Amino acid sequence: MTELSKSGAAVGEPTPASPAPSSFLEVRDLKVHFPTDDGLVKSVDGLSFKLEKGKTLGIVGESGSGKSVTSLGIMGLHTAGQYGKRKAQISGEIWLDGTELLSADPDHVRKLRGRQMAMIFQDPLSALHPYYTIGQQIVEAYRTHHKVDKKTAKRRAVEMLDRVGIPQPDKRVDSYPHEFSGGMRQRAMIAMSLVNNPELLIADEPTTALDVTVQAQILDLIRDLQKEFGSAVIVITHDLGVVAELADDLLVMYGGRCVERGPAEKVFYEPRHPYTWGLLGSMPRLDRDQQERLIPVKGSPPSLINIPSGCAFNPRCPYADVPKDNVTRTVRPELTEVGGQHWAACHMSQEQRERIWIEEIAPKL
Amino acid sequence: MLAYLIRRLFAAAVMLVVIIMVVFGIFFLVPKWAGVDVATSFVGKQADPAAVEAVRVKLGLDDPIYLQVWEFFKGIFTGRTYAAGGDVTHCAAPCFGYSFRSEQAVWPVLTDRFPVTLGLALGAAVLWLVLGVSAGVLSALKRGTLWDRGAMVVALAGVSLPIYFTGMLALAVFVFGLKWFDGEYVPLDQSFTGWFGGMILPWITLAFLYAAMYARITRATMLEILGEDYIRTARAKGLREGTVIGKHAMRSTMTPILTMLGMDLGALIGGAILTETTFSLPGLGQAVLNGIKNQDLPIILGVTLVTSLAVLIANLLVDVLYAVIDPRVRLS
Amino acid sequence: MTTQRTSGRRKQALAAAAAVAALLTTAACGGGGGTDDNGGSKNGAAGFDAANNKVAQASLAKKGGTLKFGGAQDADSWDTTRGYYGFMWNFARYYSRQLVTGKTEPGKAGAEVTPDLATGLAKVTDAGKTYTYTLRDGVKWEDGKAITSKDVKYGIERVWAQDVLSGGPVYLKDVLDPKGAYQGPYKDTSKDKLGLKAIDTPDDKTIVFHLPEANSDFEEMLALVSASPVRQDMDTKSKYGLHPFSSGPYKFESYAPGKDLTLVRNTSWDQASDPIRKAYPDKISVKFFSNANDLDQRLISGDLDLDINQTGMSPQGRTTALKQHKDNLDNPVSGYVRYAVFPQSVKPFDNIECRKAVIYGADHVSLQTARGGPVAGGDIGTNMLPPSVAGAEGQSYDPYELNGANKSGNEAKAKEALKACGKPNGFSTTIAVRNNKPVEVATAQSLQASLKKIGITAEIDQYDGSQTTGIIGSPANVAKKGYGIIIMGWGPDFPSVQGFGLPLWDSKYILDSGNSNYALIKDKAIDGLFDQYVTTLDDAGKTKISTEINHKVMEGAYYLPFVFEKFINWRGSNLANVYTTDGYSGMYDFVNLGLKSTK
Repeated sequence: MTELSKSGAAVGEPTPASPAPSSFLEVRDLKVHFPTDDGLVKSVDGLSFKLEKGKTLGIVGESGSGKSVTSLGIMGLHTAGQYGKRKAQISGEIWLDGTELLSADPDHVRKLRGRQMAMIFQDPLSALHPYYTIGQQIVEAYRTHHKVDKKTAKRRAVEMLDRVGIPQPDKRVDSYPHEFSGGMRQRAMIAMSLVNNPELLIADEPTTALDVTVQAQILDLIRDLQKEFGSAVIVITHDLGVVAELADDLLVMYGGRCVERGPAEKVFYEPRHPYTWGLLGSMPRLDRDQQERLIPVKGSPPSLINIPSGCAFNPRCPYADVPKDNVTRTVRPELTEVGGQHWAACHMSQEQRERIWIEEIAPKL
Repeated sequence: MLAYLIRRLFAAAVMLVVIIMVVFGIFFLVPKWAGVDVATSFVGKQADPAAVEAVRVKLGLDDPIYLQVWEFFKGIFTGRTYAAGGDVTHCAAPCFGYSFRSEQAVWPVLTDRFPVTLGLALGAAVLWLVLGVSAGVLSALKRGTLWDRGAMVVALAGVSLPIYFTGMLALAVFVFGLKWFDGEYVPLDQSFTGWFGGMILPWITLAFLYAAMYARITRATMLEILGEDYIRTARAKGLREGTVIGKHAMRSTMTPILTMLGMDLGALIGGAILTETTFSLPGLGQAVLNGIKNQDLPIILGVTLVTSLAVLIANLLVDVLYAVIDPRVRLS
Repeated sequence: MTTQRTSGRRKQALAAAAAVAALLTTAACGGGGGTDDNGGSKNGAAGFDAANNKVAQASLAKKGGTLKFGGAQDADSWDTTRGYYGFMWNFARYYSRQLVTGKTEPGKAGAEVTPDLATGLAKVTDAGKTYTYTLRDGVKWEDGKAITSKDVKYGIERVWAQDVLSGGPVYLKDVLDPKGAYQGPYKDTSKDKLGLKAIDTPDDKTIVFHLPEANSDFEEMLALVSASPVRQDMDTKSKYGLHPFSSGPYKFESYAPGKDLTLVRNTSWDQASDPIRKAYPDKISVKFFSNANDLDQRLISGDLDLDINQTGMSPQGRTTALKQHKDNLDNPVSGYVRYAVFPQSVKPFDNIECRKAVIYGADHVSLQTARGGPVAGGDIGTNMLPPSVAGAEGQSYDPYELNGANKSGNEAKAKEALKACGKPNGFSTTIAVRNNKPVEVATAQSLQASLKKIGITAEIDQYDGSQTTGIIGSPANVAKKGYGIIIMGWGPDFPSVQGFGLPLWDSKYILDSGNSNYALIKDKAIDGLFDQYVTTLDDAGKTKISTEINHKVMEGAYYLPFVFEKFINWRGSNLANVYTTDGYSGMYDFVNLGLKSTK
């Protein structure tokens, strides 16, 4: 697998471009591009954020906004398992606990995977190997990083299954994924992710494939476990409702870039980007009438090969013409701070956005 | 599981009876429609009607077909006594009758030839599995590269070139040209090296065809499996790439391959006719070909029965194996 | 009567592979060697046609060694009573003896009868109705017991047991017991099972045959292997062919039908008791191949000494051999005539003029080419009597000028004949041809093309070649299918007009099934000549009648001969004392083959 270490000098000693940050996780100007027959797909195109231990970051966006690609990028899963001629092009920096992952030895990153950082996937049925028992899969995850015998590992697996709330864990440990219900499967998935006490847990749409009632249980479980283990958590979702109670910080992605980020309550109650407004409008809420429930974002997500010039959201933005000189269609807006640790990328002035939010959007929500 | 097996075995038995009846039917009805008397081909040049009639009686061709089918099966279990024109022979169970041509008992022919065909099929299978699967996996992992394209062109050639062509070529190059092998079949119990030397070309020739097929299937399956979520999960666990491919991806890739292998092996045990003919291997395929050429019904029946049995057993094994590999499949 | 091994598309692929094979073997052999002064090439081969009707390298034969035969086709049966393939009769002399047999001499002499078990040729008395033989001293079975006249009688009686021992020639039965009174030894109620009235065995050394009617070819019939002795206590009936009990110099060691056969010396056989067999090798092995090209390559490479089937090499092997190893080839006349026959039951072939139209209209050179050309196919056939048969005139008798003026077809004469037939604009008919003989299919296509020119539209029906006897041997079926032209070939059972033409031309041989008189000839003159032939005892008289019969058949225009067939047979460089014999239709005489090197 020599082609995996094409970064050359990066093998062995990491040679970061800039000094190590003090944050537990810091992503700087991350770009993930995929060459295809139709052109370069810019799934993530310059993303930066930080995350501390014990904190939860919610990354929100429509499908295709680059949120899952980001999480796989952090895990190093774009370089591992890339076969054939076309490989993902990744640049930027990902600092995890003082180590820059993109320039690190891929095998070193592999050893971190599953141990220091772990991931929960959207559909536990397809994410678990159908031919191995739950126990075998957890044992494998544990023994990859711990030199213990199978018996010890299995005890650990049973313990974890018990911890995530699976009844009769000593029996269920020998069941196959298809013998579990959806919720139980996701619990097992979580058990597998946490078996090595990872410091960073990435949950990619952890509840999307589940029933509404089960969703809440899983979210509760993640929250409890975070408290217990003190890990940093990234929850990736298209549904703001999922992260409403879970996240400390929120990051809204659109077209491969961050359009708004900040403390969760700020983004929720004082959003300063029209796209975030749209997301809030389309969020299902129990206290809302069915008829006026959804104000979906009009139009469809942008092509990641030909991202619209100017503000990537401009074709769908009802306020695209508010700023003068057609600037939304020619100049890409940069993130600017709109309040304490609250950033947004929009050409409209602070006042214009504040007025629209208060007068037009908030009352309808 | 046991009930399942019993049911399958019963179905297999019924199937065998039907197959044998079909063979009987083809043997008797097709010439009948063509207005041909089978018995005449067993008499000399100046066949007078009495002689033809005598032969018909001797070969049992005068009995109704259902009676012949019944006698055939009865013979297998209880043995059978042949009596014609003062020639009385008892054929002990399992009696598959006597060749219409050479008069030799069919059962020893089958037991004599079966190991040849089995050796051919198994040896070739080992080769093509190793070659085909590894080429397929490599191709999948190096998708789009020159290696991948090259391998797939060779595979296409392998699938399209007929055995008698590749076989003749192999004989011409390695036996008559380079003289690396003498290319003659030697029974295993006589000499291992002789047997191996005689079998290596047939194995390679046969394996080339199948390896090509298996490489294509392996490549396609592997590519599909590599896109599965659980492969990503395996990587996310921090497993070495070798383990991800060799354990997680291979386990799933092998499922369709094993299914194919079962079918192919079953079919080859009776059907390596071209390979056996090209290399003059005294196996079942050659026997049945001669049987058809010589209107030798008992030989045709015997080989057909063994072949069908092999295919049915192979299918059964595949089903059981499938359940072992894939826990989602339950035998019921 | 061997079958062709390949057909159609498969053949093309084989040809392609064989072409590559030929290239490779050229490189391997470095070409053939030239003939040197001693009549042998550098590699020891005796030269092209060196063994055709003459003995090649007689003095080089050494005692011992293993003589290696290969073959694409096993015998129909190795039971002396049941075998009918020519090569089986030839090979059977290794393990069986007869009262009389063909001389072990090349060419025509090989067809002459000479004493074997008997001390001399028959003492013929009673106007050709009684034949008396005395057995030699010291003739023994493989277990050392003496061969008696009763064993000979029992062996001959087995021919009557057609219900158990089908397949072989039945001349002896037809001549000795034309009414079929005897039921054969297995249904024989007499104690010694020797109930056949026509044969007396007054003592163990004497055997007397009483023929109800004289037959001048009777001694020829006794020379057939079906007249071999069989010992009653060793008769395994239908299974006898799997392991015949030997009276000759070799005995069966092992035999797996379709796989291999090994003969070893019969130590009880005494050279002094056998005037004809030399028994050079210690061992004789036969290996059967399912791939004719493989077989030919092994002959060329020297793994094998000769082809047991003796029906010529495969087209691919032949091409290689002719180019590089001509010194190892012989090009004998096979004794077969290849022809088209016109069943008179199918209109308009009931009219002689229509038959003549086809004979004149055909392009005989093109037919010869389809058969393989002058070397591999044979000389253009001008009449129906093969050159090896007494009374044959070869190409010098050419009533339709097939090898002369009308060589490439004569449209004018053909159209004239059509007019005389009342079909001036031609007609439609069907050519029946075996589907497993590509060469015959090629001749049918050639014939079809030339007939088109004279207005005869012929459709080709390729029937299942394995069912030949059933399909064209049934006159009713032939009439129903409208087979106006049947492509066939025929070789003599023994080299006389009776052994070749009786079943083809005598009206008594028109049978409902298993018919060989495809033309349905009912000519009193021909029947009469056959009757006259069997009672004529002097050779000159027999020869004259044979010629006359041939003329009558040709005058009737029942047949369009294609070729007097020739083969290209491989003669291994290690073979010594090798020659072709008319006794076995141009095959090498197996029984006296020796090896130059016995290693």
